[in-house]
Amino acid sequence: MSNDGPIQDIGEKHLVVPGTTFRKITEAVSRVTETPAPRGWWIMFLTALLFTGVLGAAIGYLFFRGVGVWGNNSPVGWAWDITNFVWWVGIGHAGTLISAVLFLFRQKWRTSINRFAEAMTIFAVICALIFPGIHVGRVWHAYYMFPIPNSMAIWPNFKSPLLWDVFAVGTYFTVSTLFWFTGLIPDFATLRDRSANRIRRAVYGFLALGWRSSNRHWQNYERAYMILAALSTPLVLSVHSVVSFDFATSVEPGWHATIFPPYFVAGAIFSGFAMVLTLMLVARSVFKLTDLVTMTHIELMNKIILATGTIVGYAYAMEFFIAWYSGNQYERYVFLNRAFGPYAWAYWTMISCNVISPQLFWFKKLRTNIPLTFVISIFVNIGMWFERFVIIVTSLHRDFIPSSWGYFHPTPVDIAIYMGSLGLFFTLFLLFIRWVPMIAIAELKSVLPEASAHHHADDHHGHDHDHAHAAKAE
Amino acid sequence: MADATNKPLTRVGPEGGTPVLLLAEYDTPAAVMHAAEKVRDAGFTRWDVHTPFPVHGMDKAMGLPDSRLGWIVATMALIGFSTAVSLITWANVVSYPFIVGGKPAFSIPSYAPVCFELTVLLSAFGAVFGMFGLNKLPRHHHAVFESDRFRAVTDDKFFVSVEYADPKFDDVRTRELLESTKPNHIEIVEDNES
Repeated sequence: MSNDGPIQDIGEKHLVVPGTTFRKITEAVSRVTETPAPRGWWIMFLTALLFTGVLGAAIGYLFFRGVGVWGNNSPVGWAWDITNFVWWVGIGHAGTLISAVLFLFRQKWRTSINRFAEAMTIFAVICALIFPGIHVGRVWHAYYMFPIPNSMAIWPNFKSPLLWDVFAVGTYFTVSTLFWFTGLIPDFATLRDRSANRIRRAVYGFLALGWRSSNRHWQNYERAYMILAALSTPLVLSVHSVVSFDFATSVEPGWHATIFPPYFVAGAIFSGFAMVLTLMLVARSVFKLTDLVTMTHIELMNKIILATGTIVGYAYAMEFFIAWYSGNQYERYVFLNRAFGPYAWAYWTMISCNVISPQLFWFKKLRTNIPLTFVISIFVNIGMWFERFVIIVTSLHRDFIPSSWGYFHPTPVDIAIYMGSLGLFFTLFLLFIRWVPMIAIAELKSVLPEASAHHHADDHHGHDHDHAHAAKAE
Repeated sequence: MADATNKPLTRVGPEGGTPVLLLAEYDTPAAVMHAAEKVRDAGFTRWDVHTPFPVHGMDKAMGLPDSRLGWIVATMALIGFSTAVSLITWANVVSYPFIVGGKPAFSIPSYAPVCFELTVLLSAFGAVFGMFGLNKLPRHHHAVFESDRFRAVTDDKFFVSVEYADPKFDDVRTRELLESTKPNHIEIVEDNES
């Protein structure tokens, strides 16, 4: 019955360092929220907060002056705004993949990193949601995006992928937040029960909703968690598919492609895992969680980066092939222009970061090398930003009429808003690390070998339960 | 611990409270699982097991029927789906029909994304809030919180609690039953409520 242990024959390792006890997990994770923050945290937090301030100021200026303060022009009507939106939503996807898809596949190694990745999802989606909101120009009309009955007797167009986006990203944000909070309830209870002062006890007690670790509750709780995972799995695939519809349903050469949904989803997972790694490698060493987040985790994530990076590389190649194979001269031109036109620098940055750099992870030595993993994770983040930039801007900047061809230059406001969104993300993330258990305490305990009541018992044990249960039912 | 039966048990809880629970503490999932099987076989109904994490097999050991949450979620999924269909049909077919891209007002493929998203959204509400409903949470006051030892339940201790209100409850025999499961400690939890 000991199916929780590693399968040594195929080289599986323990999920946490052997000898880890329940108490040790409680201590290691809770301690971070109970002791004063290290100086490094304060430096990072204040820097991030400064950038968040820049974001606020830049958005205020944007509202005051209008979207003309951006570099967007005709024909480049979408530029950094939508690039940032797609980039942030994509980053969020790894969190859901780790928390839901790997949960359904019983990939127990996810346990050490899922809380972290889910938090990243929520904060990334918050950053993403800013951009469609502020790019509409007259922001006081942003409520037009929602189907609200109004005195003009008009309704949004439900055939528009932009409206589908509102529903997809809104649902994604709500469901991710619910999933995250549900996972946090037992851990808030842990912090409540450990708290030495009344304020902590009151705040964490409030958040724990009076959780008393009852098995009658765990039963419904586990079912709820599984259902949420089952709902989130198709949801996460749908979200980036819908985002890709924003492009794919248009008749713009370079956008009008059926490969977009799977290609966007793979890219999303790719960029998200890179961001998880970037954040985790730092947090793991700053807060000394190397026993819980082990080299096995890092190596497995690097394998996923290698796999999704290769899928993305395949998609780039396939786009080129189909552009040629379609025989459509506009389509062919867009792709030649991407690789060899004025934006060739962006295209080849994307290829180097996304296609070439992850290939290093074929070598075990390299994918278990922490500094290199960190560098490549940053490369992938950069590469995936450029992917969205390339798709959006290179397709638009030379449209059907050569007389209206143009080039996009970002303005300081473009840059401030992008950097500011990074600031907001890190501000939220650093607050999370400081005040919320960043590793799922209860869940991690349940993957320890000691957590099984059966690990000494024989196979007849389960049968006895059935028998007794049936007898009682009579 | 059978020889200790005559010793009075520790009482915890507010001044002037009445006994509400017998609370037994264990060190391992296996120990609490065996205790749960004994309590179940003795026919108790108002009792519970408290563990820092869900222990696999405990539902059977307690003799719990399957969770009803799935039905709540399925109902919410249907509500979500029909809300989406009605909303789109009302908005773009009945109230404000207009032709975009040559597609008819009633165009089924364009329904798919929003119908899917609202189905998922309402199902997720059903899963989370349905779970709260079935578990009667939030509930910030409960007798078990009167016990200081019980704070370890979210760390590394395992508990069985039996309510005095259980029809099978008997001061001496229930205590003997729990003592026969070799707990670390047994205490009486008192509370002001009923």
